[in-house]
Amino acid sequence: MNKMLEITGAGIEFNTPKGSFRALQNVNLKIPQGEFVSLIGHSGCGKSTVLNIVAGLLQATEGGVVLNGKEVNEPGPERAVVFQNHSLLPWLSAYENVELAVKQVFKGKKFKAEMKEWIEHNLNLVHMTHAMHKRPDEISGGMKQRVGIARALAMEPDVLLMDEPFGALDALTRAHLQDSLMEIQKDLNNTVIMITHDVDEAVLLSDRIVMMTNGPSATIGEILDVNLERPRNRIQLADDPAYNKYRQQVLSFLYEKQRKVDDVPSSSPAKKADQPAEAPSAEKNKVA
Amino acid sequence: MNISLLNMPWIEPLVNIAKGEDVSRNVQTIVRTIGIPLAGILVFLMIWHAAASSIDTSLGQFPGPSDVIEQSQNLISEHIAERDKAEAFYERQEKRNAERMEKDPDYVPKIRPYTGKPTYVDQIGTSLVTVLSGFFLASLIAVPLGIVIGLSANLYSAFNPIIQIFKPVSPLAWLPLVTMVVSALYVSDDPMVPKSFVTSMITVMLCCLWPTVINTAVGVASISQDLKNVSQVLRLNYMTHVIKIVLPSSVPMMFTGLRLSLSIAWMVLIAAEMLAQNPGLGKFVWDEFQNGSSDSLGRIMVAVITIGLIGFLLDRIMLMIQRYVSWDKSATLR
Repeated sequence: MNKMLEITGAGIEFNTPKGSFRALQNVNLKIPQGEFVSLIGHSGCGKSTVLNIVAGLLQATEGGVVLNGKEVNEPGPERAVVFQNHSLLPWLSAYENVELAVKQVFKGKKFKAEMKEWIEHNLNLVHMTHAMHKRPDEISGGMKQRVGIARALAMEPDVLLMDEPFGALDALTRAHLQDSLMEIQKDLNNTVIMITHDVDEAVLLSDRIVMMTNGPSATIGEILDVNLERPRNRIQLADDPAYNKYRQQVLSFLYEKQRKVDDVPSSSPAKKADQPAEAPSAEKNKVA
Repeated sequence: MNISLLNMPWIEPLVNIAKGEDVSRNVQTIVRTIGIPLAGILVFLMIWHAAASSIDTSLGQFPGPSDVIEQSQNLISEHIAERDKAEAFYERQEKRNAERMEKDPDYVPKIRPYTGKPTYVDQIGTSLVTVLSGFFLASLIAVPLGIVIGLSANLYSAFNPIIQIFKPVSPLAWLPLVTMVVSALYVSDDPMVPKSFVTSMITVMLCCLWPTVINTAVGVASISQDLKNVSQVLRLNYMTHVIKIVLPSSVPMMFTGLRLSLSIAWMVLIAAEMLAQNPGLGKFVWDEFQNGSSDSLGRIMVAVITIGLIGFLLDRIMLMIQRYVSWDKSATLR
């Protein structure tokens, strides 16, 4: 049987004081082993909800997730999560943070020396060997996120779930980490699901881009296959017509088909200066 | 030892002056850190002196600063005299035993303990031992209880009303109950510790439990969702979750509670000792009051100041421990 992650008919309803709120509905996605998938969409469209359902941190109201033939109903290390704000334990060093995960996952499977080697190997993958005995408050945001990735990778996950992993970082650090991530993914061939707001990031990293409609009752709007050859180089791609075409397609989905009216008040056009010419007659919301 | 750990900000400029660095600025720092508080104390002493001389009681004038100094000297010399007497007492016994051994080699020597009355210093010691045992006992109960109810919203709701009701209860209300229960249950021909000690300790414990329970529970309940998610993804079991995630992240709040508890424990102790007749500072104050000599008020005032200083010292020690165990060294603790 092929290794695969399947999300079938997933929907979720939250109970709020104002009655039930349907956040997500009928999400269907099949991701074969080794594929890099990005989830993109406006804030509040339920990207994180999808990720949390796959992680097992949230339970779908209907439908569900099957990973390699097994239903997902609780969190587990085979679906490691890289959280948006790194979520390192502030009282532990980088090494100890990874160690906590390794000790938990490989308890009784690896000897002490093997564990040490494995922890150091993973910190080396993200280029953190030099600062592995520093604590989170002693290292930069980018380095924290690297440690977060190392911790997730050290669990040897089938699926790596990343919730806007580079969202809080400056552009240069982000580019650097994106390159590292591509390298790592090439070597390990993990399945990756990454949430992002960044169109360039999505096109650069992904094999497929899953674009989500606006909530409530958000679902998958369009799926874009990105057939760019790997390894990808951001500088060469900047001039690549295919790359720009993909980019344009995502932008058009986000800012024309799924334009969020309340997000872009006409009085402040400077806020989203880099977006394509304002769509004159946007089909507001709902595609599917 | 780290200087800042002691929280004595005036030591650093002194060290700097000794090193010969920027003398005038360091002198300014010293004036600011010691000079101004010292001026405050001086003004207070003057007001106290003036007020004391105009208050007449049936036991003579209210003690001013000079009476306090005189009485504290008396108390220290009484302590030294008592110790000399005790030493002489043991010396005499040993000599007598040696003499008897010479006459009769089969004689097994006996040493009888000295039974003089406890001195002021002994009473301070008793108070400290009592308060610390009560406090430790309370912490042993309060920290695990706080963690357990902090982890479960339902348990928290169940315990909260009970905590809120018992929290404001005065030690004086508990004491009669505790006394009777201890008398009923703690029966032994050769008790390891006196009943009055047990009564005071348990009263202290009952009164100082609550701040630690509440603060620990709040600390545990406010652990960030991110860290809980990490724990879930790793499938940490309950105990590992508590030890690796919950305990370290709630240490700051826990210590806030522990410090509140210790200061309450110290306040409660004095009242408990007065009524339970545990030979500590509380009993000292009560005995002096009953004694009613012209020195009594001065001696009580010495006790008041001693109690204040020890309470302050206990809090400083807790602060040092808190700084030492807390992972967040950047947090300002005061």
